[in-house]
Amino acid sequence: MTSAGPIDPPSRSTATEPAIEAAPAIEAVPGGGLHSRTRQVGTLVAFGIGVLLLWEAVKWLGGVPWRFKDVLGTGLAIDYSPPFRFPFATDLNLPHWFSVLGALAAPVQRNAQQSLGEYLVGAALYTWREAALGFAVGALLGLVLATLFVHSRLLERAFVPYVIASQTIPIVALAPMIVYAFGPNVTSVVVIATYLTFFPVTIAMIRGLRAPDPRALELMRSYAAGRWAIYRKVRLPASLPYLFTALKIAATASIVGAIIGEGPGGIPDGLGRAIINFNQQYISGPEKLWAAILVSSLLGVSFFVLIRAAELVVLRGRPGAAEG
Amino acid sequence: MTVLNVPHSTPDPAVPVVRIAAVDKTFVSDHARVTTALQGIDLEIRRGEFVSLIGPSGCGKSTLLRLIGDLVAPTAGRVLVNDKSANRARRDRDYGIVFQAPVLFDWRSVEDNVKLPLELMGYDAARRTARAREMLELVELGDFLHHHPYQLSGGMQQRVAIARALAFEPSILLMDEPFGALDEMTRERMNQEVQRIWERTGITVVFVTHSIPEAVFLSSRVVVMSSRPGRITDVVEIDLPRPRDVATREQRRYFELVTAVREALRRGGADAVVADELGGEPGTFGGSIDRAAVEGGIG
Repeated sequence: MTSAGPIDPPSRSTATEPAIEAAPAIEAVPGGGLHSRTRQVGTLVAFGIGVLLLWEAVKWLGGVPWRFKDVLGTGLAIDYSPPFRFPFATDLNLPHWFSVLGALAAPVQRNAQQSLGEYLVGAALYTWREAALGFAVGALLGLVLATLFVHSRLLERAFVPYVIASQTIPIVALAPMIVYAFGPNVTSVVVIATYLTFFPVTIAMIRGLRAPDPRALELMRSYAAGRWAIYRKVRLPASLPYLFTALKIAATASIVGAIIGEGPGGIPDGLGRAIINFNQQYISGPEKLWAAILVSSLLGVSFFVLIRAAELVVLRGRPGAAEG
Repeated sequence: MTVLNVPHSTPDPAVPVVRIAAVDKTFVSDHARVTTALQGIDLEIRRGEFVSLIGPSGCGKSTLLRLIGDLVAPTAGRVLVNDKSANRARRDRDYGIVFQAPVLFDWRSVEDNVKLPLELMGYDAARRTARAREMLELVELGDFLHHHPYQLSGGMQQRVAIARALAFEPSILLMDEPFGALDEMTRERMNQEVQRIWERTGITVVFVTHSIPEAVFLSSRVVVMSSRPGRITDVVEIDLPRPRDVATREQRRYFELVTAVREALRRGGADAVVADELGGEPGTFGGSIDRAAVEGGIG
């Protein structure tokens, strides 16, 4: 969005304009470019590797003795006793990350056909379907609410405080109540995801739908444009950058909502049940819970990236679209 | 030079396009402070005239423009445009408006920005394209159809805004300090451009400006205003021959008229004008009036 004030023109330069016929066309897409994108990914990967190295360095210094016959099928055998004993670095509190990866490849249960990884990916897709449905309903609800609030000061004053108050209720307290209301089924889970999604969209869109320059609205008035035309041609397009910022927050929130909702909702097929089960089995196999957490966060990141990709497509051609 | 076809809602050239009679405008601020923006305004603008409104910050010249365009309503008095109420004229789409900021939409190409009013007014796709391209040719931006506004310089953006304002063939063009944000060189070139467009289209123009040279160069009449309360203190007829060009700015008659307008401003008690000419920045008083006008116009 142009961040210029209502009086300043959002022009790049007014100081020296070349001849009228031959003004230069400034190339679009600031901050883009293959080079910086490569560097961005490089930084990300380097940081990830750094974290994993630090993790194992802590285990190397103060973990329990390393006794491996075969690390990740590489044939590497390790027998090593760390010099210290850090209580937070036991295999229970901080399992080797390669043990977590190993657990993903191992059968989910003794003698089971399915690996833990396959099981978790299936559960993640199931959870994602619930979250996506809640996300869609929540985004739509947020859009409708914001549209009402922007067009009616009375509604805004009356309802926005309650919208905000709704988000102060802990979701763990609310989730069982929603399950009582809608029954132990997928609907409850979708409602919980919706509940976490509509809020950021509502708040951001109240702002976004008011983003147009007052003069843009006067211009529309001079065209004798009605509210709907102003909404469709000016308010909505101007609000899209705000919408996508909210949708990126909502995407991850909807995943969290669905996972939390699956517990009281009694849904056996999703990540929520997997996390509860592996929590109960933590003493005998901490890697499984770590693996479930890993898959959950990958799911959240994937949903985020999906929305980001949609943003790039929808906002292409706008200034600053490649940033954020 | 071909004259573009501009339809007139009232074909009788004897009827003034704008008739303002005994208009007052007061604004009430948040703290119930009453500001008299305009008092006792009488003004007639004939078809095809180029009328500038000039005066110090806070004299209500922008408010007067907004009254004509029905962006604010008068507190007292009457504004008739094309022999009907300003409100009716707005709903008949008689106005093209250009603000100081170009107010272009970043998500639309230059061509699509010009098409926006045409979409609202039910032009079919072929006519929209034809009209938008014709107007962009008129402002010499025919090669920039597919650029986005932020890729253009300030002067070019303002020319897109002018093309957009003319696209649907309004009978009056209202321009509110359209070149106030441009540098002096660009501004003079834009003045030349506007004069050319005005001569080609024969459209009636009401032009708000801080700049005496700009007002004299462009106008058929300069309406001089003073502040606190805003009122019309003088009207200077500009009898410079047309078409006007760079040489016009060096004529003795041009200097005489610039002096005449300056003295009219001084007689109106507008000491602030000197500061305006030097700085060109609207003072806080004018700024607050403008904001009040904006809010009043939308609410």
